[in-house]
Amino acid sequence: MNKLSYPLMGDYHIPAKFLLSHVLKIDIITPPPISNKTIELGTKYSPEFVCTPFKYTLGTMLESIEKGANCLVQMGGGCRYGYYGEVQAQILSDLGYNVTLINLVTKGKTDIKRIVKEFKKIDPKFSRLKALYYTFITLKMVKYMDHVDEYIRSNIGFEIEKGAFESLKFKMLRDFQKVKSYRELHRKYHFYLKEFKNIKVHKPDDCLKIGIIGELYTIMEPFSNYFLEKELAQNHIEIKRFTNVHYLLFEKSFKIRKYLKDTKKYIKYKMGADASDNIARTKYLCEHKYDGIIHIKSSFCTPEIGAMPIINKIANNYGVPVLFFSFDANTSETGIKTRLEAFYDMLEMRRGK
Amino acid sequence: MRNCYLGVDIGSISTKGVIIDEENNIITSCYIWTEGNPVKAVRNLIRNIKEEIPEDCVIKGIGTTGSARKLIGLMLKANIVKNEITAHAVGTLTFYPNVRTILEIGGQDSKIILIRNGIITNYAMNTLCAAGTGSFLSSQAKRLGLDVNEFGKYALKSKNPVKIAARCTVFAESDLVHKAQVGYPKEDIVAGLCKSIVLNYLNNVGKGKKIEAPIIFQGGVSKNEGVVKYFKEVLNEDIIVDKNSHLMGAIGIAVLARKNKVGKTYSLELSNVKFDTKAMECTRCSNNCELLKIYRNNELVDSWGSKCGKY
Repeated sequence: MNKLSYPLMGDYHIPAKFLLSHVLKIDIITPPPISNKTIELGTKYSPEFVCTPFKYTLGTMLESIEKGANCLVQMGGGCRYGYYGEVQAQILSDLGYNVTLINLVTKGKTDIKRIVKEFKKIDPKFSRLKALYYTFITLKMVKYMDHVDEYIRSNIGFEIEKGAFESLKFKMLRDFQKVKSYRELHRKYHFYLKEFKNIKVHKPDDCLKIGIIGELYTIMEPFSNYFLEKELAQNHIEIKRFTNVHYLLFEKSFKIRKYLKDTKKYIKYKMGADASDNIARTKYLCEHKYDGIIHIKSSFCTPEIGAMPIINKIANNYGVPVLFFSFDANTSETGIKTRLEAFYDMLEMRRGK
Repeated sequence: MRNCYLGVDIGSISTKGVIIDEENNIITSCYIWTEGNPVKAVRNLIRNIKEEIPEDCVIKGIGTTGSARKLIGLMLKANIVKNEITAHAVGTLTFYPNVRTILEIGGQDSKIILIRNGIITNYAMNTLCAAGTGSFLSSQAKRLGLDVNEFGKYALKSKNPVKIAARCTVFAESDLVHKAQVGYPKEDIVAGLCKSIVLNYLNNVGKGKKIEAPIIFQGGVSKNEGVVKYFKEVLNEDIIVDKNSHLMGAIGIAVLARKNKVGKTYSLELSNVKFDTKAMECTRCSNNCELLKIYRNNELVDSWGSKCGKY
């Protein structure tokens, strides 16, 4: 019997599990939540100068293999992440594990025929029609989750009852897992959106606003950015974040042209991964009177390193402060806290003038 | 009766304490080595300060800053605990309201703070390497058999500083050993070291930052005349070093304590306060958080390090 597992990123394991468990009649194993052990395992078997998302995903793979998985799913990306599936398959086979790794994106493209073939191999009863229907629901689920998350991000810092948003979100995700049809999902979404809007917040009109930009995995997986958003929310700050899975799947390819047009002054062509997006976002944030920008990336993330001097230049032109963070497997948490605290103090002081 | 405010800056290498009055005049100050034990250092510091403080002074506020700010904040029951970047900026701004750049090199970290019109507009802190900090200087001084306090004067004697590859502490050290073994005079090597600190600071922390005059240089390393000289040479600007430059963080936090006073009177009697910390490792999940529990008079006041918030 085949057992399938997948790497974790933020809350997106819920739609992933929903899709896989409905489409494939095999056991789906959810890896244990990312912990220090995950990153230790990942770092141990990774090349030294690879970026942290590689280490996190390899760590979760090893942990799910420990739990009995023998099929793994990996995604590709627009930077060297595109080759991570192949490299990880090689590392796992060198370690002596006999696992099949299904790479959803190869050569920068999603070849649906190939993926169907791969799924047929692990589950001969795989039905395309069913897969199509559940993929549709899953994509809608991702969209709804991202929409709710956006509302949460701009309000969580001002909640009156502490933890109200988080516990309701937990409930919502639990209910999303159980839905059977698109109609049910749609109803649940509207129900919870109303509930979220009913949560009492005390939000002043002139609250501090910070935009978070940067490399996609580090930005979306809270463990890998040391719960930066939570930390900011505790300081009563409204957070704006652009990157989410819905953006990457549907919006990115349309928006990139507009982004390049907007930032004509600074860049001429695409810079790989999210680099040009982040440059355009910096300009957007500066023009929309955000108080500060936090740029986060994992160490050795090449596209973002290329984007950093340009981001710095734009921010200098507009006079908006930018805080750069580079996260690695063993970054000191105290250092992050000190810098964040100072950043927050600085924004308050600038406001107070 | 005079209202006074205590500011304590507990750094990696030294612990600084300052008492100011309502008009920001320094009443007394104290500078001692931390020696890896902040609690003990602060006890000594408070004892020294208590001896020197005039009879009619009443402490109306306490602030702590530096790397041990949280721990000592709990110990002294401080009314404000702030990071060192803000404290340094506030301290400097009280004496030099029109400063535009603050360079700060301490024991473990170095920072640059840019100020425009009395407001911090940008800052940076060293992230990767300690090659541009005081601990590098003090370890190299020991290797050369010099006292850190004489180091700067020694550097001024040199006319031709050697070039030292200062990208990284370890490589700088091997370069230094090499230069000494091939026979360069000691003062040239010392001067080269001071210059390497400056270059490393400007390449690492000061990268991409507009350094504009008036520039103030502070932190423990600002007491080193050699480093000051090379900063002047490289930046081609005048560098102001205050006579209290090493105390600026403590002064800043004392000023903040005055601004945030709660109307309570504090006592400096610490001899009857028992202060303990206990470290343990939580094994409830695979995160294995390192927990630190803090006891004040055998009563649990705080615990840190938990990721899930159970403790």
